[in-house]
Amino acid sequence: MANTITKLLEPTAVQLNFDAETSEEVIKTLGDLLFKAGHVQSTFVEGALERELSLPTGLELGGKINAAIPHTDIIHVIRPALAMATLKKPVTFHNMIAPEELVAVQIVIVMALKEPHQQVEMLQEVAGVLQNAEVIEALMKAQDYKEVMVALEKV
Amino acid sequence: MVETKKTILVACGTAIATSTVMSVGIAEALKARGIYVNMRQCKTAEIRGHLEGVNLIVTTTGITGDFGVPIIRSLAFLTGMGKDKLIDDIVAVLNQ
Repeated sequence: MANTITKLLEPTAVQLNFDAETSEEVIKTLGDLLFKAGHVQSTFVEGALERELSLPTGLELGGKINAAIPHTDIIHVIRPALAMATLKKPVTFHNMIAPEELVAVQIVIVMALKEPHQQVEMLQEVAGVLQNAEVIEALMKAQDYKEVMVALEKV
Repeated sequence: MVETKKTILVACGTAIATSTVMSVGIAEALKARGIYVNMRQCKTAEIRGHLEGVNLIVTTTGITGDFGVPIIRSLAFLTGMGKDKLIDDIVAVLNQ
């Protein structure tokens, strides 16, 4: 049961079938929503965008859908939270482990993180989502927040 | 068999997210094989300051360079792909 992520996923920061042209647009949109919800500082978006340039977060998942997990230093975060977007069409991220490679990403989970030991469960559950093709597919199909929650319960 | 407790340094961009997932995953998988290690985490930018006593670096980023210690790049416990191979590779390095 994905108890931690369902608790930490900010309902107002879930964008489904989001029509974006660039990874920057997705990060900015989700980061701004986390800021409006009071989870992060106003510097979070800039921090996440900057980090993405030097240390990208695109992940090849082995299936048809690839993901990215933008995040930044804890200094920009007020309390742990997650934001998520499923994208109408893929946007380009650089590959975390091989930054010279591009990854066409259709699911973006922005993570607002505090100290690591406080959020091992959340991180493990995010990894659990990434590793579960069925859950990824269900998230891609989700039409509303409730369907996202149902999909995440399967993790 | 690994006779003395070795130390693995896991490095990622922020030292809080992917290195945590990798660190927990590696420690559990090694434990399942009866191997107990010390796990440490740091930012890739700060690897050089964390090398004391380190036998192996595992990184989730594209970092390159010679740190005088074997380095393995992997996202296995994040994406689920290549877990067994990673643990095999780690054991091989620790047994050297």
